[in-house]
Amino acid sequence: MAKVHVTTSINGEPMEFLCEPSDTMLDALRGPLALTGSKEGCASGDCGACSITLDDRLICSCLMLAVEAQDHEIRTIEGMAHGEKLHPLQRKFLEMAALQCGICTSGMLMASDALLKKNPEPSEEEVRFWLAGNLCRCTGYDKIVRAVMETAAEMRAQ
Amino acid sequence: MTELRYLAPTSLDEAIGAFAKAGSAARILAGGTDLLVQMRSGVLKPGVIVDIKKIPEMTAIEHTADGGFRIGAAVSGMALSEHGNFGKVWPGVLEAVNLIGSKQVQGRASAGGNLCNGSPAGDSVPAMVAAGAIVTVQGPDGRREMKVEDVPAGPGRTNLKPGEILVSFALPPRPSGSSDAYLRMIPRTEMDIAVVGVGVSLTIKDGTVTSARVGLGAVAPTVLLVEDAAKALIGSKLDDAALAKAAAACSAACRPIDDKRGTIAYRTKVAGVLLKRTAAIAAQRAQGK
Repeated sequence: MAKVHVTTSINGEPMEFLCEPSDTMLDALRGPLALTGSKEGCASGDCGACSITLDDRLICSCLMLAVEAQDHEIRTIEGMAHGEKLHPLQRKFLEMAALQCGICTSGMLMASDALLKKNPEPSEEEVRFWLAGNLCRCTGYDKIVRAVMETAAEMRAQ
Repeated sequence: MTELRYLAPTSLDEAIGAFAKAGSAARILAGGTDLLVQMRSGVLKPGVIVDIKKIPEMTAIEHTADGGFRIGAAVSGMALSEHGNFGKVWPGVLEAVNLIGSKQVQGRASAGGNLCNGSPAGDSVPAMVAAGAIVTVQGPDGRREMKVEDVPAGPGRTNLKPGEILVSFALPPRPSGSSDAYLRMIPRTEMDIAVVGVGVSLTIKDGTVTSARVGLGAVAPTVLLVEDAAKALIGSKLDDAALAKAAAACSAACRPIDDKRGTIAYRTKVAGVLLKRTAAIAAQRAQGK
């Protein structure tokens, strides 16, 4: 079966790729696009490790067909840092050891970034509810939640 | 998942033509949060996917001429929550839609998909039933309207005819003193499937309920409109006797299954308890408290 040609924007750059109609966006990212920061945990929308944004809205890339990217804007974890300069969330996750094995981390960062763009001053409860779709089997979540809260405070102060 | 064709028509007529032509091999793609999981697990192997999100009517949220709302079938929960006014008029419908899955899922999942997926436990459905939503469906034989409670036919099945596509939900205008609420019982705090879900919509004038609708989910093969519960509330001041009668009507309407989420006895009892709690929240909102 012929592959489909998709023209899209990824992390602000125009991008083209070929995919099968049944490929998910996650398949395309990790395959032809070689952007392996988005992880496959469950492939059923439960774990959030594949979180990206589609037109600035947080989604699971495993629940989107790659062909749907045509003429839309995708952002992934690879677009979060500015060159060598980490995003405040990335820096704070490192400083506060808000990760262990790292599989959930890019999804946690994408989801936390989406939250802080929407709500720069979330309560702890709001952070925990917002991140309910991102599973972490290492940290017990506490360090992640604290890192998000601290980043929010730091970003507000700037 | 081989030999799949993906179509993204930009008009409804085109979509209906393609969907009808492909017959039973075709599936509609709105948010895809159920469809892609079913494809991945091998439950479904569609030959054609018709993506309806490029059809403007499917993703629009509009005020209607009569003062109500029209919501396209593929509008995501996040889009609905970002709408400036919808949640003020229909807080119960919005809170129900915002209980579907995670924030990531809400970025894609739609009330239309939730309804057409046919789960008895779909969270948005009891709230839409309580709201008195009317859906527009369109197929090869034209357009028609259905009451939202008439859409589900059983677990995973709808009363849409072959080739018909759900287009939009119309929510009626709200008289002053009206509001709604949705509550579900789950054993955890987030990210779970309803054991029982109750939607209540009320209009209250001078402390007396002048109109009411009650939708009940996860306790029967389809989401139910519980008219006896509404009757018990209408004309009352939501006193204990009226609430007890409405709760009993909800419990009486239950025809649940026993499963790992809840037993028949538990679901039946909780349906009544949730009715009282949901009605109290709707009443507070209706009276601006």
